[in-house]
Amino acid sequence: MLEVSSITKIIDTFALKNINFEVKRGEYFVLLGKSGVGKTMLLEIIAGLLEPDSGHIILDGCDITKEKIQKRYIGIVYQDQALFPHLSVYENIAYPLRCLGQKGKEIDANVEQLAENIGFTHLLKRKPKTLSSGEAQRVALARTLATEPKCLLLDEPISSLDIQAKSEIRALLRKINRSGQSMIHVTHDYEEAISLATRIAVMEDGKISQVGSPQEVFQHPKSEFVAKFIGIKNVFKGELRNSGDELAEFMTNGKRFLLLSDKKSGKGTMILRSEDVTISNTNLQTSARNTFKGNIIDIEMDRLKSEVIVDIGVKISALITRDSLEKLGINFGKEVWVNFKATAPRYIEE
Amino acid sequence: MQLDNKTIIHRSKKPDTLELIFLAMGGLVLLFIIAPLAGMFINCSLGDLVDTAKDDAVQKSIWLTLWTAMAGTLILAFFAIPFSYLLARKNFPLKRLIAGIIDLPIVIPHSAAGIAILGVISRNSVIGRLAEKSGFSFVGSPAGIMVAMAFVSLPFLINGAREGFAAVPERLEKAARTLGATPFRVFFTISLPLAWRSVLSGLIMMWARGLSEFGAVIIIAYQPMITPVLIYDRFSSFGLKHALPVTVLFIFIVLIIFIFLRLLAENKNARS
Repeated sequence: MLEVSSITKIIDTFALKNINFEVKRGEYFVLLGKSGVGKTMLLEIIAGLLEPDSGHIILDGCDITKEKIQKRYIGIVYQDQALFPHLSVYENIAYPLRCLGQKGKEIDANVEQLAENIGFTHLLKRKPKTLSSGEAQRVALARTLATEPKCLLLDEPISSLDIQAKSEIRALLRKINRSGQSMIHVTHDYEEAISLATRIAVMEDGKISQVGSPQEVFQHPKSEFVAKFIGIKNVFKGELRNSGDELAEFMTNGKRFLLLSDKKSGKGTMILRSEDVTISNTNLQTSARNTFKGNIIDIEMDRLKSEVIVDIGVKISALITRDSLEKLGINFGKEVWVNFKATAPRYIEE
Repeated sequence: MQLDNKTIIHRSKKPDTLELIFLAMGGLVLLFIIAPLAGMFINCSLGDLVDTAKDDAVQKSIWLTLWTAMAGTLILAFFAIPFSYLLARKNFPLKRLIAGIIDLPIVIPHSAAGIAILGVISRNSVIGRLAEKSGFSFVGSPAGIMVAMAFVSLPFLINGAREGFAAVPERLEKAARTLGATPFRVFFTISLPLAWRSVLSGLIMMWARGLSEFGAVIIIAYQPMITPVLIYDRFSSFGLKHALPVTVLFIFIVLIIFIFLRLLAENKNARS
């Protein structure tokens, strides 16, 4: 639906070099990268606020690279919301409608509808500076959605919010996406990416180094940068069962992991660093609450450490030293026990 | 801990020597401004003031001064406000040179400014001849006065408005563009309303500076007399005593309008 093709742009120290990716209709596409890699610049190029040095933006088969900003059907929500301070919440949302030439009653009806969908009918008369960060983000989203964009661009929409608002806005973004809205979301927070993305593009040094589903990207990082930046090989989609008073259970592919979490039961992702997984030849009595038997299906070595992949029904990656590798006599196909503590995994709710 | 707090509070209450000395110096500066003005008000009897207010020539000159300054400000504002937006937003070659040119009317002697303007609008110039053909003359007319006033006071509007526009976050304008607004719409619905206080303040400053102009105006038009010229005329023909009531009356009226407009500008800001 939206195709970014060979986009290059250099401003001072920022540079985008030959950026290529395609966002499919209804997709939640996350651009993940450290701050300062040019993510916002890329969004502004897609929105038409910046002109690329070379390359094309193609929306539904039409080249919109040189199209006027107001005729692109692309909406952008900024990290700081960019609400118009001199206008009420109502007038902020009515702004794009007035640009479309709508009048009194029609605007009333549309603003009401949007406010209801996004959940802030009680705020319509307020001025932006009296809103909390979460409320302001809702208003900003509604204002952009009023333009009925073909693609919605989100520049770090969650990072600046307080914790309570973070999970509310996440849920809202998911809801908007489920209604069929194609979205590109820029963030530096991998948890946000895991929680929301249909696909992730990792940006590094002005380039896209990898594109894929969250699992692909996290389990098979293509460059050292991605591996370092993300650092997490074990990513499992599944379901959390949390009664609240004991350890929570996480079910994935018939396996049951125990973990500490204060999140409510429901669907989500469990992530576990390879460093936190240990390997033994026998079933040891340790404090680790998760112990599984499986066969080694892959070993990747470098000078000091080895990554060992064990199939325990799901693939689990453990990082051990070369020294341990030799002492344990680890080789391909060997049956071993993998262990990790219930405090090691992190659960990210959907 | 509590004791510490107390000592700090105690200290901040008692100004130190430096503050006392600077305060005294500040008092002298204020006195320097207020004393001559206050002295004038004190020396002027109420009877003289009432008589002067009834004087036809005085009334006419005050009215002329107020409206020519206002008209000059409004006409130039139409061109200068969009220009200050450009100066605030865009980078272009020779921008610093242009900023310097805009400040020129402030730094050159105002009589010199008058001479320069006269060269452009006198009967010997192209513009002057054109005006002559359409049946009027800049020299010795309200139109000429307007030009002279606007020339010397324009920098106050441009600089004020430019600062106002520069303070409007560019991101708001970008957001408005992506919401479907044309650049014109963005200017009128976002940039101008958000910069309005500075623009208004610039307008007031330009108007105030224009109506107090003497040097440039007297070279273009001794007659009809604006009040600053009338004050000079009375002083040179009849002496200090006769110039005083006009001066006091003029300052009084201008101050009242000035304070009223300032309050209006502040009020507008408080509401938004």
